[in-house]
Amino acid sequence: MAKSTIKIRASEKAGVTTVKALMTHPMETGGRKDAKTGEKIPAHFIEEVVCKHNDEIVLTANWSGGVSKNPYISFKFSGGAKGDTIELSWTDNQGASDSKTAQIK
Amino acid sequence: MSTEMKRRIFLKRSLTASAVGVAAGAGLLAPQQILAAWNKAAFEAKEVPNALNALLGSSTTEPSEAIKIKAPDIAENGAVVPITVETTLPEVESIAIIASENPVPLVANFNLGKNAEGFVSTRIKMGKTGDVIGVVKSGGKLFSASKGVKVTIGGCGG
Repeated sequence: MAKSTIKIRASEKAGVTTVKALMTHPMETGGRKDAKTGEKIPAHFIEEVVCKHNDEIVLTANWSGGVSKNPYISFKFSGGAKGDTIELSWTDNQGASDSKTAQIK
Repeated sequence: MSTEMKRRIFLKRSLTASAVGVAAGAGLLAPQQILAAWNKAAFEAKEVPNALNALLGSSTTEPSEAIKIKAPDIAENGAVVPITVETTLPEVESIAIIASENPVPLVANFNLGKNAEGFVSTRIKMGKTGDVIGVVKSGGKLFSASKGVKVTIGGCGG
């Protein structure tokens, strides 16, 4: 199985669940030039991130190449409980995608 | 129940099932419907008002003290600038992060589900010293706040 590109940590306290996730991705804007060849490195970045709590979408994000390499995201929501499932998935502009699930602690 | 009634119920059920199947297959019922498709026009706009217009339908925002932008005063490395946008505004539908001096100012847009809180944190690239603008859509209206960030080394490899 390919190595996952997503790390998720979700913890609940006083009814609010905080989700922190780190994704591995080059996030090329398409504006950078290769130092050796002088050619532009093609844009390759995550366009969409979807996060679900127990199969219900809690948050979606649309990004440009302006998000840093190996993107980090954190957000909060209510109504989660310890043991619930969080699923985070991303899709990039070249059609690749990955997803990962984790339990709220 | 007569065979006739059973037949009708069976047919009705299978029709409904197949209708749902067709709809799902056609992508009508797929989760994609709730998601916002990647907005090409907004993410290719070179000017902030154009990006906001394409993304949110308007470039008029009301400055709000209820939006807090946490960002470093000086970003040592423009490639990785941690930004947090937090708001106490009610009914937050979306939060957008804009770097005014970037070649593509609209960096990210977060669509919040009904249970999500007005809080997003991420790391962005900043090409040079400029403002980070957070635009919050709350109750159908747009509000914004901004914070200046000094960038010592540009974040786009330049």
